[in-house]
Parts: sequence; structure tokens; C-alpha cells
Amino acid sequence: MVSPSVVPKAEGRHGMSKRSDLLVDAKLGQAPLTAVVEKILAQARRQGASAAEAAVSVGQGLSVTVRLGEVETVEHNRDKHLGLTVYLGQKSGSASTSDFSDAAIHDTVRAACSIAKYTAEDECAGLADRDRLATEFPDLELYHPWNPGTARAIELARECEDAARRADTRIKNSEGATLSTQEGVEVYGNTHGFIATTPTTRHSLSCSVIAQDEGGMQRDYWYSTVRDHSDLDSAVEVGTQAGRRAVRRLGARKLDTRQTPVIYEAPIASSLLSHFINAVRGSSLYRGASFLLDHIDKPVFAGHVRIFEQPHLRKGLGSAAFDSEGVATVEHDIVTAGVLKSYVLDSYSARKLGLQTTGNAGGVHNLSISTSEHDLPALLQQMGSGLLITELIGFGVNVVTGDYSRGAAGFWVDGGEIQFPVEEITVAGNLKQMFADVVAVGNDVDTRSNIRSGSILIRRMTVAGS
Amino acid sequence: MSEILQKARASLLEPAGIGDSDLERLMGQLLSRRVDYADLYFQYRRHESWSLEEGRVKTGSHNIEQGVGVRAVSQEKTGFAYSDEIGLPALLDAAHAARAIAQQGHSVTLPTGWNAGRGLELYSATDPLPSLTDEQKVQLLEQVEAEARRSDPRVKQVMAGLAAVHEVVMVARSDGMLAADVRPLVRLSVTVIAEENGRREQGVAGGGGRFGYPYFLEKETALGYAREAVRQALVNLEAVDAPAGTLQVVLGPGWPGILLHEAIGHGLEGDFNRKGTSAFSGRIGERVATEQCTVVDDGTLAQRRGSLNVDDEGTPTQKTVLIENGVLVQYMQDTLNARLMGMAPTGNGRRESYAHVPMPRMTNTYMIAGSYDPQEIIASVQRGLYAVNFGGGQVDITSGKFVFSASEAYLIENGKVTRPVKGATLVGNGPDVLTRVSMVGNDLRLDTGVGTCGKEGQSVPVGVGQPTMRIDGLTVGGTQG
Repeated sequence: MVSPSVVPKAEGRHGMSKRSDLLVDAKLGQAPLTAVVEKILAQARRQGASAAEAAVSVGQGLSVTVRLGEVETVEHNRDKHLGLTVYLGQKSGSASTSDFSDAAIHDTVRAACSIAKYTAEDECAGLADRDRLATEFPDLELYHPWNPGTARAIELARECEDAARRADTRIKNSEGATLSTQEGVEVYGNTHGFIATTPTTRHSLSCSVIAQDEGGMQRDYWYSTVRDHSDLDSAVEVGTQAGRRAVRRLGARKLDTRQTPVIYEAPIASSLLSHFINAVRGSSLYRGASFLLDHIDKPVFAGHVRIFEQPHLRKGLGSAAFDSEGVATVEHDIVTAGVLKSYVLDSYSARKLGLQTTGNAGGVHNLSISTSEHDLPALLQQMGSGLLITELIGFGVNVVTGDYSRGAAGFWVDGGEIQFPVEEITVAGNLKQMFADVVAVGNDVDTRSNIRSGSILIRRMTVAGS
Repeated sequence: MSEILQKARASLLEPAGIGDSDLERLMGQLLSRRVDYADLYFQYRRHESWSLEEGRVKTGSHNIEQGVGVRAVSQEKTGFAYSDEIGLPALLDAAHAARAIAQQGHSVTLPTGWNAGRGLELYSATDPLPSLTDEQKVQLLEQVEAEARRSDPRVKQVMAGLAAVHEVVMVARSDGMLAADVRPLVRLSVTVIAEENGRREQGVAGGGGRFGYPYFLEKETALGYAREAVRQALVNLEAVDAPAGTLQVVLGPGWPGILLHEAIGHGLEGDFNRKGTSAFSGRIGERVATEQCTVVDDGTLAQRRGSLNVDDEGTPTQKTVLIENGVLVQYMQDTLNARLMGMAPTGNGRRESYAHVPMPRMTNTYMIAGSYDPQEIIASVQRGLYAVNFGGGQVDITSGKFVFSASEAYLIENGKVTRPVKGATLVGNGPDVLTRVSMVGNDLRLDTGVGTCGKEGQSVPVGVGQPTMRIDGLTVGGTQG
């Protein structure tokens, strides 16, 4: 896949727990990271910064892939990162490095200060307001270290791939199964005196296999990803799902161009919520780069829809007690009864818009949408005839206009039942209309990401095919 | 090459006090098991970016990363570990972890002494970051913004970004080869939002390559990007809904070459074909395109964004013909997949950084010019779509289905380009899309230097290009049935 000019990735920061700062540090063989942060902030002061903030992280992990029963890769990773922003009055500069030595810290602060000399005065720049910083740090249970050892990791990956290959005789090839276990700790601090440590773990098992018949090859995958390895789906479950999903795509055909109801299956329905968040995030709003400018207190979704954040879910993949500038996260509604109640703001964009931060520096935390009592089969019944989308490809989403056009694959549904697989089609519409046209959300919520959604039924979209 | 190698040694090994004998010791550690191939990849990377919005350069950032990746390959197995400390104890640890993949036993012979590999000289080894002063960088962005605003009163917002990378890499391989590359890369991008009667649309333009910042000052290059972004935004203000269904499509020259990257390129990467997971697997020698189509991957173009003096395994890049007069002739290879398939490496072994394993990746992928005048191609279409600019694209290697999203397109009616239409996704099937190419233009153009390719979580800079091309039947994902 190729795309023009990469936008720097927003620094995602997940999870927080107050306990075991030293324990984690010792485990990772690092000097206490809080001391590194304090050193950076002191150095920034010494070099003339009026304010500064820093995030320091270390992590380590193991990832093994088994393909066609044989070990394909064993990867050991160990990562360090140090990033900081300095403020010279209302001017700012950032710098980062992977070197934690005193000399590197000195040079990194100097690089940030040097940039800040040339950036423009910006009345909205600066740390988060002191009174918004988190003061309570509930244990969100995000840190569950696990060391299965290479041999056990290989065994699990092999068991997973075996299950996928056994799922059907038409599974002829494989891209392998991967077990990955990662642990890390991050410390964020700023010159308001805020400093807090977030240790997290993440364990994943994934599998991707290829089904083949006379009509050609189809690939599909499945995965489980969790904070606590005891919550990981079994290797057999993950593999079997991957196998079933690949086989059911065999014999896919195109559809004629038509208008039709559409269901986004839960694992990809979160993409619609992610487009919504892009349209109501502060940086899109103050730049005028959104189709939802000035929509506060106006209907943006169908009347039954509630969209809300749950930042303090135990073991949640998007859980955090504070955002990436230390601001306390709060459970709140973004959409109530279809009406936009809140934007998604960090301190900077809030100041630009004359509003208050919503604790969303770095993104949302466990964004959720209200669901009906229907599972996916019931949703198919409700749709009757239409398209079930299980895969989307391409980037045809324009947040400035809401225009939407993406490649899709899935199944044609008639009489509430899946009839045949489809591919090489597009689904198109405008997000504004699509959001208004949300008929129902299934209770089959996918919790494997920071955005949690059930399957979403949309009244009507344009499908282009032959 | 030897000069580049000296430079790499001086910045990567000498500060850490690592000499040739240490490299031998590390290699000895790796080769003490049944290993077919091993390498050490040292990297230093300095990156800066500056960004402007609302008329001011508000932020800038500076990043340094360095480290070493250690890899041991035994048949199809890869053991990999890395360290962000370039020092002997950390390296020995990494080597120990990486070689665990291989069984006890005999290995390839330890190299006796190191030999400098062959490499190209496609760009200057000069660090591009100081090629302008910080003050000049800020001014450049301010000039871009002023030019965009001056171009049209409907321009409401201008965002511009300037970035540079200075990268030094060095590879030590188990066959005794030492190779190095010093790679500059700069990029400037402009996004404009224009508004008229309450309607807002955007335009995006930019470019760059393996040189210093002064490139953007020559021939008003940077100002040209600003004007181009404004032009696109204004065209989009007039755009009507795009058609839906299968149409004749004429693709303009240059960046629309992402069609080749998605539809053909990824499917011809060696790893997918060794594993038999590509829709192109086992099809060398078969016709996969009309006779007019010759497609190459060429890492040897001077100063291009996708070019490399040597790839990340020390193999010099080359011009690889992938499809010749419609017939599939070759895959793109790294050393692992080339060896397992009994083919030669093609200089396509690339990695995002020391913390990632290499795999076959594209460099600059394009189609050779044909014989038709572009006007003649447009005139030949009764009803179709003329797509000249795109956002990104994506492909499913196994089913062969690909998409790419138009950001500037027009209807063709009775042989004439008429109304602009809104961006729409185009979808097709890789193995057959080039069998529908009925006319290839004489206007080959390469893109301006903005492409980034993602594969299995790794991003690398790439180039694409093509002449104007007519495709008889591609599904256009608009809303007007």
C-alpha cells in the first residue's frame, strides 16, 4: 500500500496504574524512569525553558511466527524512547531520542530549545492548565506481565495455525500464526510538578490463512489481543475462526451497481466511529477541516445513538487515568440521543476554540457506541436484503466534505441469510448521511481496540460493481 | 563506495569503539550454529520536521535514533534481535538471541577479513538538515503559505510541512561483505482548504527527494506546490458526484502510477511468491498485460525518493524489468527469498529501521512510455473517467483485488474532458487490470517524491510513475448509479 506524505503518528498512550513503578523498572533493567524525566525537566529549566513536558518509555517483548508448522521468525525487541517539548514563553519545540545518557538528554533539550527559538509566538501554546491534571490514579489493571518462554510461544502459535489448517480441507496455504507478548512502562511529567508512571502489557495471538478452490485464493485472519494473557482466546478458537473466515470467502463475485442497505461487521464498524472522531477532534475543527464544524447541540447521528468514552475500564485496551498531557480523563458522552454534545479536545485545540480540554490529548479512550439487543444474525434479519461488509480497503474518506468511497468485500444477504461472498466492489456515500442513516447497532461488540463497536446497519449506500 | 564506508564507520562504529575484529567475533557468535546467512545492520538516523498552520510555523521537532539489528537465517527461519545501544556487550546479547533460531551444528564458513561491497552514487552523502538555516526553513514555509493565499481569495486555510532525514547505514554480512549508504531525504507538503458558498474542499501537493532543502528554492518549486494545491482545491469546489459502475478510465501521468504499485508491484515481491500467497505466484513467463505494457522497478534513478545506492542488505539496487511487453519476467527479491527460490537478489531488500527485519520492497516502480499522444487517448473515449490525482491505495495480495482513491478526476464525454467529479475509489483485480490497457501514452512522468509504502507495519519511501494510460473497464466507486 502506498500513500502520499506520512503524517506523524499521534502519540498514543494507553493505560495507567500507580503501583509497581520500581518493580517494573527493575524488571526492565532500567534506572527509575521518573529520575530520567526529572533530569530532563531540570535540564530544560537550566537551558532557559519557561515550561517543559517529557515522556520516557521502555519496553520489551517477544514475537514468534510459525508458518506451515515450522518456526519462521523469532524476534526479541527492547525499545527505549524519550520525547520532550519545551516552551520559551509562547514558543515551543520538540525533540526525541532513544539514548538516555546525560549527554544525549542535554543535546535533546538543546535541539528542542533551538527549534523553539524559530517557531512563532502562539498564545494558545503551553502545558495543560494545572487544575485539570489528574490527581487520582486508580489501578486500571493494565499490567500483567507474562513470560511464556520461546518454546511455549512457538507451541501456542503452532497450535493456532494447526487449528486454522484443520478448519477445512480447502485451507491450502498459510501466512502463519504469531504470538506476541509486550510489556512496557511510560513516565510522563511536566513542570507543573505532575509526574506519573503507566506500566502496561499487551499480549496477542493472530493467524492468517489462505483458502483455495478452482476459482482462486482467498485470505482471511483472526486475532485476540488483551492486557492479561489469561484473557487471551484459546489458540484453537483463534485458528478456527481464521480458517472459517478464509473459506467462506471462496467463490466471491462482483455485484451489479445498486443502492442497498449495508451492515458493517463489528471488527470494521469501528472505522466509522474513527471517521466521526476525526471530524470532531479539535485540530480538524479549528482548521476548518471537518464536515461537522459548528454542530454542537445539533443532530449528527440517528436519534437512538449514544457515543461515549469509558476511560477507566479495567484491563481496557484504551484505558487511561490521564491523557498524554496529564489531564484527568473522564467518562462522558460525545453524542447523546443522536445530538453532538462534546468535541474531542486537547488543551491546545480547546484554547483555540475557547473551550475546555476534554482530556483527549493523544486520542480517545475506549470509545463506545450504544447497542441494541440484536446480535449479528438478528441484524441480518432486520436488514432482510443487502450487503454485509467484512473487509474494507483503501483510504477514500474525506473528512473535510464527508465524502466516502472505499473498496469492500463481504457477503450478499437475502431473506436475512448470507447468500454468497462478494468482492471487487466499492461502497460510497457521505458520512453525514450515513451517520443519520444508522438503523441499528448490534450487541456483538468487538473489544479488541480502543474503539468498541457492534455491527452497524446503515439504511442505504451506493455499491458500485459491474 | 569506500568513501561512504569510511563515513559510516566513523559515525557508527568508531564512537562505540567497535573494530573489524569485533565484527568478526560477533559473526563468529552468529555462525556457531547451523546458519545459512547472518547480518548486522547499523543505523543512525536524524530527522527534523517543521509545520505551519494559520500563517505561522508553530511547531518543530527533532529526532535521533540509532541502533543495530542482528539477524541469523537458517533455511526459512529467521532469528532477529536488536539493540538501541551500539556497543559490544549489547551486540553479543543480540547475536546470542538471534542465533537461537538455528540448530546446533555446522554453518557457512566464517569470513576471513572484510571486503567493501560495490555501491552506486546516486545522491550526495551530505546531511540535508543544515542545508538551510532554521530561519530560512521557517521563511520557506511562510512563503509557501503567502503564495497559496495570494493565489485565490477562496483559500481559507493553508497547512505546510517541511521535513528532512539524514541516515547512515552499514551492513556486515556473513559472506564477508561490508556495505554502507548515506541517504539524504527531504520533503515539503502543502494542504489548502478553499471555501465558496459554504462548501469546503481541499487540495494537497508536495514533493521531495534525496538532496538538500535548496531544491525547493530552485525554479520556484515550493511556490509551485502551493499553486498546485490551490488549483486542486478550486477544481474540487466545482466537482459533482462521481459516477458508480464499470467505466473506461484514463489515468494521467505520474502519481497515478500507484495503480502499478498496488495492482502489480506488491504481488511481484519475492516473499509472497515463495510462499505461494500472491495472485501472481507461479506465473513467470505468462501474459499478464497487453503488449504495450512494460513495467520496471528501478532503484538507480539519481536523487529519487525511492532510490538507494545499496539496499538494506548491501546489494546494489538495479533496474529490474517486471513485465516486458505484457509478459511477467521477474519478481523483486531480497537475499532470503532469492536464495530459497534459486534466483538472484535484485536490490529490493529493505527495512524501515534496525528494529525491523528486511523484506522485498519496491523502490521506484513505473511503466515505460508508449506511443500514443495523451490527447489522442482522451479523444478515443466516449464516456469515461479521467483521473489525474490520487490519495492512497491498497491491495489484497492473495485475491489480487486493489483500490486507489482519486482526489482529482473528470468526466470524459464524447472524447472531451468535461466536469470535475468528486474523489472516488477505483477498484480492480491486479492480475487482469493490465490486460485491459488499450493505449499507453508517450508522456512518462515520475511522481514528485511524496510516496510512502506500508507493508506488514513497516514504512519505506518509494516512487511511482507512468505515462497516460487507458484502461477498458475499471469499477468507479461514486454515488451516481
